[in-house]
Amino acid sequence: MKPFQYTRPESLVHAAQLSQDTEALAIAGGTNLLDLMKLQVETPDRLVDINRLGLGEITENTDGTLRIGALVTNTAAANHPRIRADYPVLARAILAGATQQLRNKATTGGNLCQRTRCYYFTNIDQPCNKREPGSGCGAIEGVARLHAVLGTSTECIATYPGDMAVAMSALDAAVHILAEDESERTVPVRDFHCLPGDTPWRDNVLEPGEIITAVTLPPPVQGKQIYRKVRERSSYAFALTSVAAIIAMEGDRIARADLAFGGLAHKPWHDPRLSTLLVGKLPSAALFDEAGDLLLEDAQGFGENDFKIPLARRTLAAVLAEATETEI
Amino acid sequence: MADYITVNDTKHPLPDDPRVSLLDFLRQEVGLTGTKKGCDHGQCGACTVIVNGMRINSCLALAVMHDGDTVTTIEGIGTPGAPSALQKAFVEHDGYQCGYCTPGQICAATAMLDEIAHGMPSDASDTLEGEIQISDEEIRERMSGNLCRCGAYANILAAIRDVAKEKAV
Ligand SMILES: Cc1cc2nc3c(=O)[nH]c(=O)nc-3n(C[C@H](O)[C@H](O)[C@H](O)COP(=O)(O)OP(=O)(O)OC[C@H]3O[C@@H](n4cnc5c(N)ncnc54)[C@H](O)[C@@H]3O)c2cc1C
Ligand code: SF4
Ligand code: FES
Ligand code: FES
Repeated sequence: MKPFQYTRPESLVHAAQLSQDTEALAIAGGTNLLDLMKLQVETPDRLVDINRLGLGEITENTDGTLRIGALVTNTAAANHPRIRADYPVLARAILAGATQQLRNKATTGGNLCQRTRCYYFTNIDQPCNKREPGSGCGAIEGVARLHAVLGTSTECIATYPGDMAVAMSALDAAVHILAEDESERTVPVRDFHCLPGDTPWRDNVLEPGEIITAVTLPPPVQGKQIYRKVRERSSYAFALTSVAAIIAMEGDRIARADLAFGGLAHKPWHDPRLSTLLVGKLPSAALFDEAGDLLLEDAQGFGENDFKIPLARRTLAAVLAEATETEI
Repeated sequence: MADYITVNDTKHPLPDDPRVSLLDFLRQEVGLTGTKKGCDHGQCGACTVIVNGMRINSCLALAVMHDGDTVTTIEGIGTPGAPSALQKAFVEHDGYQCGYCTPGQICAATAMLDEIAHGMPSDASDTLEGEIQISDEEIRERMSGNLCRCGAYANILAAIRDVAKEKAV
């Protein structure tokens, strides 16, 4: 690990100011950052420890929303009584990720910002446009089993690997961000992560000097909530694909269908057209097929990950069938 | 800021170099070598210790970030003369072959029994509420962060199952 200065700022604004330096990085649980520092994928000159700055609380707001501080651990979030009861898709998504040891350290902000698991990104001897702009993408013609099939670019086909944010995208949660000049902004989780485009080094909309302070969940809604994760082994593996769904029925018709997908793209994938297609319809195998067609209309495989296209289609159908109690 | 970490009831000064992981701190500076380094990347669980009651991978933690915290390592869980229930069960069931993963397994299982007692659900739980039904599936899921290269899983499971069932009675 390259030497760095370790700093514990006095306040959040101080933390943001220190993070403005492009050679500085915030550290929360450290479960992603320290891993990457050991591999010399990340080589910050300074670590700004944002623990113990009061971001570790979950608060119930009077408008029915729930605010999860950026330093709330994944374990604390998944076990919070309100999250278990009103946002089970989020509790399930968190519990489906990593292991208890990791979730005990992993934080809400860190989980959102976790970097891709692309094997070329984590190996400094390999070309990677995300790690070293302009060096090329090893994965496009290489080993691409974990890689994206939606929203890719000729520069990068990496996926956002996390689970928690997929549920937050389905729930339409919002990320609160503080800047070094004390200004605050709120970005929907759905717009927080970027597509690789021609700036593959950019994972999300955070600018240097910006710190995530919290994520707010909207007031709970009626409906069945499901998180289905498909992976190489039944535990302790990243998603090949995952579906977060909040589905409500009115009579025998679908009244709400909020869906987001993991493992398919550089961000949790939310396609508003799916909700438009599904709402008001009678659930059926044919309808679920149509939803799969729409979702995967522009999907492109890269050889090794071609299987993700039929896998995503089937996983979506299985989740819709379960949520609407339909035989397929 | 406290300038020490409490390890198994003894205070130890923080390292000077912020790069020192909690794992290296325990092994090299405190001299407790029960905690093992398998992968050093959060992938195997050999380095599992209990910090303020929660199990973590000590390889993905900086010692300087744990000032004032209380760490329990395998040496603090029991001794050859006075082993914990889990330590005894691992011996009885032959829950190891080479033994390298064992301290991590036992630290993880010790915390896991507490998590079950506190009603914390897992990915294998049918519901997110209520008492947890201890099953092999639950134990496997909850212990999936601890790999055993020797493949002693069947006996590890048997050892933990015994203690978990005893506790539940
Ligand atoms: C073996 C292994 C398996 C895993 N499996 C899964 C899995 O199946 N599913 C899954 O979702 N995840 C998985 N993870 C990833 C894990 O969830 C992340 O490592 C964790 O969520 C990161 O959180 P952290 O607090 O430790 O972040 P850190 O490592 O502290 O930080 C990560 C990044 O976020 C930035 N950051 C952190 N907090 C903030 C903030 N408040 N504002 C701005 N920037 C911030 C840091 O600067 C850094 O760049 C796995 C990890 C490992 C090691
Ligand atoms: S897919 Fe993206 S992260 Fe992976 S090698 Fe290509 S540019 Fe790098
Ligand atoms: S040594 Fe820490 S998880 Fe492997
Ligand atoms: S007993 Fe050898 S690694 Fe588990």
